[in-house]
Amino acid sequence: MKYKTQAVAMPYFIAAIALFVGQIIFGMIMGLQYVVGDFLFPEIPFNVARMVHTNLLIVWLLFGFMGAAYYLVPEEAETELYSPKLALALFWIFLAAGALTILGYLFVPYATLAAATGNDILATMGREFLEQPLPTKIGIVVVALAFLFNITMTMLKGRKTVISIVLLLGLWGLAIFFLFAFYNPSNLVKDKFYWWWVVHLWVEGVWELIMAALLAFVLIKVTGVDREVIEKWLYVIITLALVTGIIGTGHHYFWIGTPAYWQWLGSIFSALEPIPFFAMTVFAFNMVNRRRREHPNKAAVLWALGTGVMAFLGAGVWGFLHTLAPVNYFTHGSQITAAHGHMAFYGAYVMVVITIISYAMPIMRGRAANSERAQVVEMWSFWIMTISMVFITLFLTAAGILQVWLQRVADTPMPFMMAQDQVQLFYWMRQWAGVTFFIGLVTYLVSFFIKGETKPAMEYKPATA
Amino acid sequence: MSGTFTKAMARNIFYGGTVFFFLLFLGLTFDTMRVLPKTDNRHNLTPGAVAGKHIWETRNCLGCHTLLGEGAYFAPELGNVYERRGPDFIKAWMKAMPTNAPGRRQMPQFHLTDQELDDLVEFFRYTNGIDTQNWPPNIEG
Repeated sequence: MKYKTQAVAMPYFIAAIALFVGQIIFGMIMGLQYVVGDFLFPEIPFNVARMVHTNLLIVWLLFGFMGAAYYLVPEEAETELYSPKLALALFWIFLAAGALTILGYLFVPYATLAAATGNDILATMGREFLEQPLPTKIGIVVVALAFLFNITMTMLKGRKTVISIVLLLGLWGLAIFFLFAFYNPSNLVKDKFYWWWVVHLWVEGVWELIMAALLAFVLIKVTGVDREVIEKWLYVIITLALVTGIIGTGHHYFWIGTPAYWQWLGSIFSALEPIPFFAMTVFAFNMVNRRRREHPNKAAVLWALGTGVMAFLGAGVWGFLHTLAPVNYFTHGSQITAAHGHMAFYGAYVMVVITIISYAMPIMRGRAANSERAQVVEMWSFWIMTISMVFITLFLTAAGILQVWLQRVADTPMPFMMAQDQVQLFYWMRQWAGVTFFIGLVTYLVSFFIKGETKPAMEYKPATA
Repeated sequence: MSGTFTKAMARNIFYGGTVFFFLLFLGLTFDTMRVLPKTDNRHNLTPGAVAGKHIWETRNCLGCHTLLGEGAYFAPELGNVYERRGPDFIKAWMKAMPTNAPGRRQMPQFHLTDQELDDLVEFFRYTNGIDTQNWPPNIEG
């Protein structure tokens, strides 16, 4: 660690991993409810489990992004963090708010929760991924702004590198577009139209900036490739991401009451959205091939390469699969969407957060890299989780193709539940792949506790380019 | 990447491209808002439908169902349920939940009043009238 205030990232990373475990447990509950419909009913109905599953994902990724920024920005700016105390205070506020929200979902009926938290004054709840009560939403904005203040001040007093500028652009964009979560008109078409300004412009917009910046940072550190080269790549990748992704929002405007021209715009631009992810993969492999040093942290290199490949497959290929309007007409809102969602989130955002954790955590624990034995276990967890996710995606895709055929294409279309009964086999297989994923996650946790011979962090000379 | 393509050029293309496409997006948004009155069925957005949307949201219906294809994929599409099932069936269905059939997916009992059920049905009637470019492909959603 070059600056001691970078250590504030540690609690953020630990919280991220703990919430990740919670997310997967609720994922397994939902997976089982798909085949054993009354499992845990009425204690945890599917909708509650799903809120917990998706909201935990968002919250732990935000913890990961914030931790990453606290680690990365001081090192890039070559100065201590503006206020480590603020960073630590925000950690506890965000954790408490997140935990209270999840407990609220689990133990209070949603309508009661809404009435008790001011949803009648400003209705924002009950929309996918934005289910949080009003105080939580306001809390997210407050924490995000205070966090951005801290990080921006740090950068302003130090060196302004391209990596930290791009990271900050992404994080500021994240905060700004979240403000649309407070706009919920009664007109359903408008509601849906601007809901995507949060959801799409996050995951297919500004989050890609965050992802590319984190990947670029880790690649500089582990490969020693010249910063000029990496930063040029970074600009090219984020240009491709935003040029395709902004108008690409149109692929959500096909069938929600918006004009037909979005079918053309959305199809064409979102068909190009795989390009930035492909560029990221080429970038990661290219930099590792041209490496000027052998970094002892092989696990971090593996995660970095894996991020590129899995983001391209999940977001790029599986996104393209159903993004053209004539295809999407049949696949919209089916298990195909679920398949894409799972691999894209895992490949792009889960893996990039684990990449930075994998790189930074050993250093914060006083060593350049974990012991050989710990890294082997971590790399096992990489393969178990990643291969499990590939199978989850394949099984959901199979279920989706069947579902679309039975319910929407066949001469005598089947009602929804009848079609669901026909694809049970694939839901069972998905469930087992989910259990395997959990085993991979436990393996990942175990890797943190394996000791062995390590070199102290300071022996390894950090890049100075 | 050759030496002639510099980092400064890459940076300028990034900022220029982003600003251009974001402005284009704003322009398209402006145009969409202009033509929406023709497609979004706003003349059927009655006070009952507005109240119904609030019920839809505060019961987290989207946590299981899709509405115009968006939401969760655990339970049927409801954007066209008004046409598929009709108002009386919807209300009777909601009152009969949960079925408690062993092993089957269960829908919670929300204890809605008759007025609330009417509002919810009104919301489904409004949603059903939105011009969705003929989506879904058939009545099953």
